[in-house]
Amino acid sequence: MPPVMPEVSPEQTAAAAHAPAVRQLLFQYVLQLADTSLVLGHRLSEWCGHGPVLEQDLALANIALDLLGETRSLYQYAAALEGRGRTEDDLAYLRSATEYRNPLLVEQPNGDFAHTVARQFLFDNFHYHLLLALKDGPDAHLAAIAEKSVKEAAYHLKWSSEWVIRLGDGTAESRQRLDRALATLWRYAAELTAPTATEAALQAMGLLPDYDDLAPAMQAHQARVLAEATVPVPTVAPFAQKGGKEGRHSEHLGYLLAELQYVQRAYPGLTW
Amino acid sequence: MVATTAPTEARIWELLEEVSDPEVPVLSILDLGIVRAVRVEGEQVTVTITPTYSGCPAMGAIATDIRLRLLAEGYAKLAVANQLSPAWTTDWMSAAGRAKLTAYGIAPPVDGTATGHALHLFGKETTVRCPLCQSANTKLVNQFGSTACKALYQCQDCREPFDYFKCH
Ligand SMILES: [Zn+2]
Repeated sequence: MPPVMPEVSPEQTAAAAHAPAVRQLLFQYVLQLADTSLVLGHRLSEWCGHGPVLEQDLALANIALDLLGETRSLYQYAAALEGRGRTEDDLAYLRSATEYRNPLLVEQPNGDFAHTVARQFLFDNFHYHLLLALKDGPDAHLAAIAEKSVKEAAYHLKWSSEWVIRLGDGTAESRQRLDRALATLWRYAAELTAPTATEAALQAMGLLPDYDDLAPAMQAHQARVLAEATVPVPTVAPFAQKGGKEGRHSEHLGYLLAELQYVQRAYPGLTW
Repeated sequence: MVATTAPTEARIWELLEEVSDPEVPVLSILDLGIVRAVRVEGEQVTVTITPTYSGCPAMGAIATDIRLRLLAEGYAKLAVANQLSPAWTTDWMSAAGRAKLTAYGIAPPVDGTATGHALHLFGKETTVRCPLCQSANTKLVNQFGSTACKALYQCQDCREPFDYFKCH
């Protein structure tokens, strides 16, 4: 066996560059990003074997895999920022729903294909533009993760945008389903760019982009896609739903985590 | 086995040429362009690699294969380090790698299309030549293929479907 090298990981080096208070805020934020991509990646993986056609089944599984890859990098960094010996697996498998920090949008059930496409489009449009900003941000490790992931997120946004257009400008049936999905999910979109206290503190320090700066590009892309889809921009929902980023979740997350965490909860410490 | 000679960087690079991509076995990891650095300090060998795709399951296997290949030569003080930035791009794939891919039936990435085409929706796809009959009359079937690194195309002339190692 090769001797285990007592190395300092790149994540630990990056974490050590921050003062303890900043490290704690960044831990919360990176955890939120990791939870978000894990929960959405898990949702998409539920489509595996159930896609409407083989090609789209593969597309959904590929996007899920990309998100899980991003999740791992983020949890590894979060674990180093926390600095209490927890691993990426501990963070994914051993926290309860109220400890999860993902926005409500990504935990919403898949519904039909139009529902999944609409959810993906709302998420991808935010995710892609956020990663573009993070990759030029001052935290070098978060920037490196974003630089890697933004290339993948670009393919995701292209996929979901094209499907919004196809379904919106498709048949009466596909249009009706897309309209229904957008009407249901629109109220969850605002949470993505509504800063929590943690995000606001990091933005004030210049460690996170101001979400108002992302808005013009996000809105321009969204308007262009909806126009091509011949779908009017939904009016702002009267009651925006939020709270997921602070641990207040819909009933759906508990069921999702029950499945995701089952093996590790039933057989603590089990490894492959 | 105990190494008969101390490791040198040149020797390590030679051995890395023998480690292949588990998903596209005709490609060595050098063809793929994922080895960023080899450092030798006395007995200690450090190989730095860059992941292709964040979720690529082959990366773990590749790190293990590097260790096994070097261990087989008796080099036991090993570290395989991961480096995220600069992010891997298909532009780093070697000319030899591209030729091997074509011979294997996979269309190699088309240069210079690696970034910035996210928001071009519909109809602006790169022209990809069929690796079997060289026709440029091909169409994209699916942006997402059998593995994270591939898209699925079909040749409109010889009718064969084929994988395209997509730009990244
Ligand atoms: Zn052909």
